[in-house]
Amino acid sequence: MAAEATTEAGSTPYLVIQNLTKKFGAFTALADISLDVFEREFVCFLGPSGCGKTTLLRAIAGLDIQTTGSINQAGRDISALPPAERDFGIVFQSYALFPNLTVNKNVAYGLENRKLPAAQIKSRVEELLALVGLTDQGIKYPAQLSGGQQQRVALARALAISPGLLLLDEPLSALDAKVRGHLRREIKDLQERLRVTTIMVTHDQEEALTMADRIVVMDQGVIEQIGTPKEIYGAPATAFVADFIGTMNFVPGTVEEGGTVKVGNVKLKCNTGGNAAGADITFAIRPEDINAIDFETGENVVDVEVTFMEFLGSFCRVNLGGDALGGQDLRADFSINLMRRKSMEVGSVLPVYFPPEFIRVYARS
Amino acid sequence: MSQTAVAIAAPAVVKPKVGRDDWIMRLCMAGIGVFLAVAVLLPLYTMLSKSLENKDGDFIGLANYAEYFNTPALFLSGINSLYISVICTVIVLGTAFVYGYALTRTDMPFKWFFRLVAVVPLLTPSLLSGISLVYWFGRQGVARELLLGESIYGPIGIIIGSSYWVFPHALMIVITALSITDARLYEAATALRTSAVKTFFTVTLPGCKYGLISAGFVVFILVFTDFGVPKVIGGNFNMLATDIYKQVIGQQNFQMGAVVSVILLVPAVIAFSVDRIVQRKQVALLSARAVPYQPKPNRKLDMAMLAFCSFVALLILLMIGMAQYAALITFWPYNLELTLGNYDFDLANGGGWDSFFNSVRMSLYTALFGTIIIFFGAYLVEKGRGFVAGRSTFHAIAMLPLAVPGMVLGLSYIFFFNNPANPFNFIYGTMVILVVATVAHFYTVSHLTAVTALKQMDAEFESVSASLKTPFYRTFFVVTVPVCLPAILDVSMYLFLNAMTTVSAVVFIYSTETTLASVAVLNMDDQGELPFAAAMAMTIAYTCAAARILHMLLSRGITRSTQAWRTR
Repeated sequence: MAAEATTEAGSTPYLVIQNLTKKFGAFTALADISLDVFEREFVCFLGPSGCGKTTLLRAIAGLDIQTTGSINQAGRDISALPPAERDFGIVFQSYALFPNLTVNKNVAYGLENRKLPAAQIKSRVEELLALVGLTDQGIKYPAQLSGGQQQRVALARALAISPGLLLLDEPLSALDAKVRGHLRREIKDLQERLRVTTIMVTHDQEEALTMADRIVVMDQGVIEQIGTPKEIYGAPATAFVADFIGTMNFVPGTVEEGGTVKVGNVKLKCNTGGNAAGADITFAIRPEDINAIDFETGENVVDVEVTFMEFLGSFCRVNLGGDALGGQDLRADFSINLMRRKSMEVGSVLPVYFPPEFIRVYARS
Repeated sequence: MSQTAVAIAAPAVVKPKVGRDDWIMRLCMAGIGVFLAVAVLLPLYTMLSKSLENKDGDFIGLANYAEYFNTPALFLSGINSLYISVICTVIVLGTAFVYGYALTRTDMPFKWFFRLVAVVPLLTPSLLSGISLVYWFGRQGVARELLLGESIYGPIGIIIGSSYWVFPHALMIVITALSITDARLYEAATALRTSAVKTFFTVTLPGCKYGLISAGFVVFILVFTDFGVPKVIGGNFNMLATDIYKQVIGQQNFQMGAVVSVILLVPAVIAFSVDRIVQRKQVALLSARAVPYQPKPNRKLDMAMLAFCSFVALLILLMIGMAQYAALITFWPYNLELTLGNYDFDLANGGGWDSFFNSVRMSLYTALFGTIIIFFGAYLVEKGRGFVAGRSTFHAIAMLPLAVPGMVLGLSYIFFFNNPANPFNFIYGTMVILVVATVAHFYTVSHLTAVTALKQMDAEFESVSASLKTPFYRTFFVVTVPVCLPAILDVSMYLFLNAMTTVSAVVFIYSTETTLASVAVLNMDDQGELPFAAAMAMTIAYTCAAARILHMLLSRGITRSTQAWRTR
């Protein structure tokens, strides 16, 4: 697990989760999760389906209370409290808008309960609808709105009670790609303006990378890595994270003396990730980090053979093989420009450079 | 040697705090649970223990059962009941399948008409078919020659009469099963050049097999436990349900009545349990992306189906038509002049107009209180938070009444409520016990209807309202009830119709103050006042038809005014 990253958000932990475990019968959905969320921070729980991210969110909301472990919010122990006694607003993938109430009534739902004067409720609803860009849509019923509009209403309803914590459960998954991209930016802007601490669950890495201050990557009920989007992408802590986010080449190898690893028939200098000499490891590098442009010959330069090329518009995905790599193929992304200059084609042999700082090494069990 | 390993204490399990909402919900559920216990569980338990006692109330083990099995006449009734039920199941299932197939999978004309006619038997007490058969095939019946000297009083009459009134019950299940299909399966079959016959056996039948099995069980249980038809048309052919009546009303032998009840209960419970298990295997065939099936015209098939459905519809109309005719005849078969005299029920010995108004009152109460209790109970089961054991127990108890025949329920009410030591003894002989019995008797189907409607609502409404610090009952009244209003109306309609027409559950527990129309039909028939019986049965039918029309208008009005949000 990476050390606590410094973020632009506040430095006081707002939500402190300690040793959280959730069991459904014999199945462990969350195993000993500990996590701090800072004030005003936007955190994404990212992982494949069934990794426990939604379970964790529902535990924070009190909808499915954890088996063991504690949750503190703003210094208050909320571990065992029912949802109604916690302080959060929530938006679901299904929007869960009350279908028989107008947009106005939906947004006002949490306010009406507080015995506020009608005029005050009215102006607050108008303010919220303006905030999400739905002014004048208040008298419509949810079914008369598009998916994206419905999700904004759900957001306005959740924000109406000015919650200390905003929980978003896959809020964009039911929308089509274009609306999704648009709403992604809007939610992020809104969050920054309102400075509300936000946790979003998603399985979409692009969503997490673009929106989050920090990402919590989860798999099989445990946290694989916590970090900023750049840390997660650039320095994935485990092979799972490396594979789940972006594209990564994985090749088996062994650690040699002197901070090198042996892959195929070549030795490459790199950070061995604390693996001792002789250890079996997995060598990993992203396709865009394999360098075929001007470099000095020498360390980490290997002659490879182009075995396959796939045209993808502005760039090509190229398979690099040959004796040096022991017959194993690595994928690399080369720009069209570069390929023209090098007059690369299937069968051509060329030197490429593996920058040591981009090579990741993971222990192989 | 010292212990090197340090025992680490297991972390404390978090005990969720039970919030105010949860407490209210649990209290309400416990309240309805107590209602179900008093209305179903305790009476049944009392009846079971009665079957193990002698007349003086001493425990005698299984002696009553031994006596039952050693009395050939009683034992024979069991065989008769099985025999009749199996035959009816075959007949009704076959007819309902073809009829349902015609309505859902062919381009037959006048479908609306056939749909309408098929529900007619639901509007009348099962006794009506018996009365009608007497007029058709009885000793002075207009068509008795058709039986070639056989008597209608006996198995023939019971089979025809039972088939008539259970037909719509089977048809509804079959139609539902046949409606759930994906047109793409048929397109795939056509693309693979599968013959129509093979498509039927490889796509159609497997697709609705669970529905057919379920319909089969429903027919079996209904016929097996029905009392009305064999009572009127059974003659000397004894069945279990009529045996209970004879033992209790005729011979005042309550212990033997209890034994027969238990024996009636067993196959019903088995059939019910098997059906439940089969239903669980039914996975949703209809994915969200399924394409609805659109039947294409096929002249030969459509005409054949039209002929078949017309024949079935004709039988139904002849049945109810004869009852209506009999109600208007002065003195069958000698004076065929039309008269309204048979509607002057106060002249009959079986029960006057009072019984009719009692019935209406009882049905309204059942519809009102039954719907409130059942819908709220279903809501607590479906939308409650935590308290899993309590909720699933409640659900299981709610499923039980479907397996309990009305006669058995009624008899167990005598045992339970007629005991002066029982704190609920004061409801005995009042309208309250009739309403309680009827709600209990028809609880399960209503509960399932409500659960289905609730399941279709977004599962997160309760989570959202909790996050908005809104008490659950506000969301219940502001969102859940309005959204489920069509289902709520359906439940109240179902309860009303059944309360109007039921005989079996109430025949043991009505008092002289609370005589009912359906029981009056039975008593008039007993007294030989057949024209009055026919007229009373038809009066029930008019009431039910009027209620149904009112329900239809109301549903439509509600959909238009309060459900405006459904339209885009």
